[in-house]
Amino acid sequence: MSEHAGSMAKPGMSRASLFIPLVVFLVILGVLWRGFSLGDPHALPSALLNQPLPEFALPVLHEPGRVVSSEAMHGEPFLLNVWATWCPTCRAEHKELARIAETYGVPIYGINYKDNPTEARRWLARFGDPYIFSVVDADGSLGIDLGVYGAPETFLVDGDGIIRYKRVGAVDQRVWERDLAPILAELRDAS
Amino acid sequence: MLPKVFLIGLLGALLLLAGAVSASSIDVYEFETREQEARFHALNAELRCPKCLNTNLWGSDAPIAQDLRRTVANMVREGHSDAEIRSYLVSRYGDFILYNPRFTARTAVLWVGPFLLLFLGIGIIAVMIRNQRRAARASREGISAEEAERLARLRAELMREASGAAPRS
Repeated sequence: MSEHAGSMAKPGMSRASLFIPLVVFLVILGVLWRGFSLGDPHALPSALLNQPLPEFALPVLHEPGRVVSSEAMHGEPFLLNVWATWCPTCRAEHKELARIAETYGVPIYGINYKDNPTEARRWLARFGDPYIFSVVDADGSLGIDLGVYGAPETFLVDGDGIIRYKRVGAVDQRVWERDLAPILAELRDAS
Repeated sequence: MLPKVFLIGLLGALLLLAGAVSASSIDVYEFETREQEARFHALNAELRCPKCLNTNLWGSDAPIAQDLRRTVANMVREGHSDAEIRSYLVSRYGDFILYNPRFTARTAVLWVGPFLLLFLGIGIIAVMIRNQRRAARASREGISAEEAERLARLRAELMREASGAAPRS
């Protein structure tokens, strides 16, 4: 009986405390909802956004005697695409890169990432070569400087050599229209 | 049906175990000093493979993990400090690469959150115990909670008076 009296002493408080589990549940729900809707957990944000393209000096795929530096690409906004013949997704995105280069006149440079140069040249001969040139990053050291952890990855770099956008995974028409095209238009307007 | 599920579970557990044990020790790194080697091992254990979400550089055979092990080895040999190596990799791969995240505004919740929850939990338990004790005493003595509180107050007053009176006698 007295227990009853005890719980009745502060009816307002005990009524409110009934809702604590519900509130806790809703908070957990909210946190999980957010966690699971973050999308691809593999897609890391690039630490190099708005940073200059790292310096490099690497041979050109089609002219092994010619070594180029990152300055060879400066001038107007361009795409820098990390590709390899061992990467099936690169093949899947290849057509789209060709379409972008042709339709929008965007210069595209390639980084042939940890690949066999002979096979790479054959691959381009077979599927078409949308690149102004590709540099050979045989041991992946430029890749590490760029924070690359797989292929394909695509950087959008402005005319001053500053990285403005990075795409991990294939560039398809949706990615082009949603992300790349608006940023590129902005960069072109600014220059 | 059940044994099958059982076997699959067992297989899964074995695979997990194998994954944990099979640190890729194929590539061998030579160092001039024991100290360099120890630092190399420590860094490999605390740096996270960017490709594989839940493995450190040692535990992964992903090509990028091999490249990063090589990079770390070279930097150690060239005499860079641990902090320099970490900050080089963070500037490339972001905080993601650190299994031991730095304390920044973005990671504060990670560091402080558990302690806040711990104190919250202790507080809740303390309040619950106090209420329970009070209710138990009240029911034992057959009085209401308010009466119990008043009783406790009176008892405390008595105690004070008693202790205050003691020195005089």
